[in-house]
Amino acid sequence: MVANFLNYSRSGVADWIVQRFSALILAAYTIVMVVWLVVNGMELTFAQWQGFIGQTWMRIFTLLTILALASHAWIGLWTVATDYLRKGVIRVVFLGFVGVSLFVYVVWGVSILWGF
Amino acid sequence: MLVSVYRYNPETDREPYMQDVEVSLLEGKDLMVLDVLNLIKEKDQSLSFRRSCREGVCGSDGVNMNGKNGLACITPLSDVAANGKLVVRPLPGLPVIRDLVVDMGVFYKQYQRIKPYLQNSSQTGNHERLQSPEDRAKLDGLYECILCACCSTSCPSFWWNPDKFVGPSGLLQAYRFLADSRDEATEERLAELDDPFSVFRCRGIMNCVSVCPKGLNPTKAIGHIRDMLLSRAT
Repeated sequence: MVANFLNYSRSGVADWIVQRFSALILAAYTIVMVVWLVVNGMELTFAQWQGFIGQTWMRIFTLLTILALASHAWIGLWTVATDYLRKGVIRVVFLGFVGVSLFVYVVWGVSILWGF
Repeated sequence: MLVSVYRYNPETDREPYMQDVEVSLLEGKDLMVLDVLNLIKEKDQSLSFRRSCREGVCGSDGVNMNGKNGLACITPLSDVAANGKLVVRPLPGLPVIRDLVVDMGVFYKQYQRIKPYLQNSSQTGNHERLQSPEDRAKLDGLYECILCACCSTSCPSFWWNPDKFVGPSGLLQAYRFLADSRDEATEERLAELDDPFSVFRCRGIMNCVSVCPKGLNPTKAIGHIRDMLLSRAT
């Protein structure tokens, strides 16, 4: 039996929509990154890199991507955990680890984007 | 022909085991798997399995044959055991009562949950509830389900969460009533299904479609339910 860990009365449709929209954002960000890297070649300098990421639109887009990644990963791993981790304690520990990790990534991402 | 059958009698066996039985078949004659099980039972009366109509209508003899679920009575040996060996196991994911007989309780519970009956409180007077041929046609491919459980027990999402995920069979039936022009409980039915488990645990791997002995398509029905849930939410 799976307890509704952090899922009390959550909507399946909402999860489904978040999962799809975040996937679109992640795909768009990946395309932008790959195109930029291809255009700028292999000889990349730190100044170039910082100049690209430091633009306001790119900071917002990156933050949006980090938030999309966190929600996408949370819904996905919550689903995997409620399928495959049958012992409640292990599941709670695993999801706790995932939740804390994602939170740290988001905070870290924000501090990188707006800390320079 | 060598047939390996899953045996388990909880009163005498500590754990299940596979029993190898040599069955002699007539040259050039194709048999159904159910016939083979009957031949084995002639030799060993203790073998237990369910069967009734022996023509794919009652849905009693769903078993796992060489790794694939199906009805033993309409599965020819030439189809399932072309390599000359047959392994028969009970439907996966359900508790075994004895040999090939499984406890279908959790499967029926999900069926009960989707309220598999027409809900309509309006009065019609002294005549039937009429339906146009077009509306009636929407139920084709849905109402034919015989509840054999081949689909739900081939679905990993149902194995992991049989108490929360309705399963392909139940969802096919749920859509049968959602699609029915005479049913008035659409909103209540959808509200009951809108959680992360009941419908959305379907990952669309389509095991259900590949095993359904009636050739039905639960994945498509689940897609329709998801569409209805989406338009209800937006």
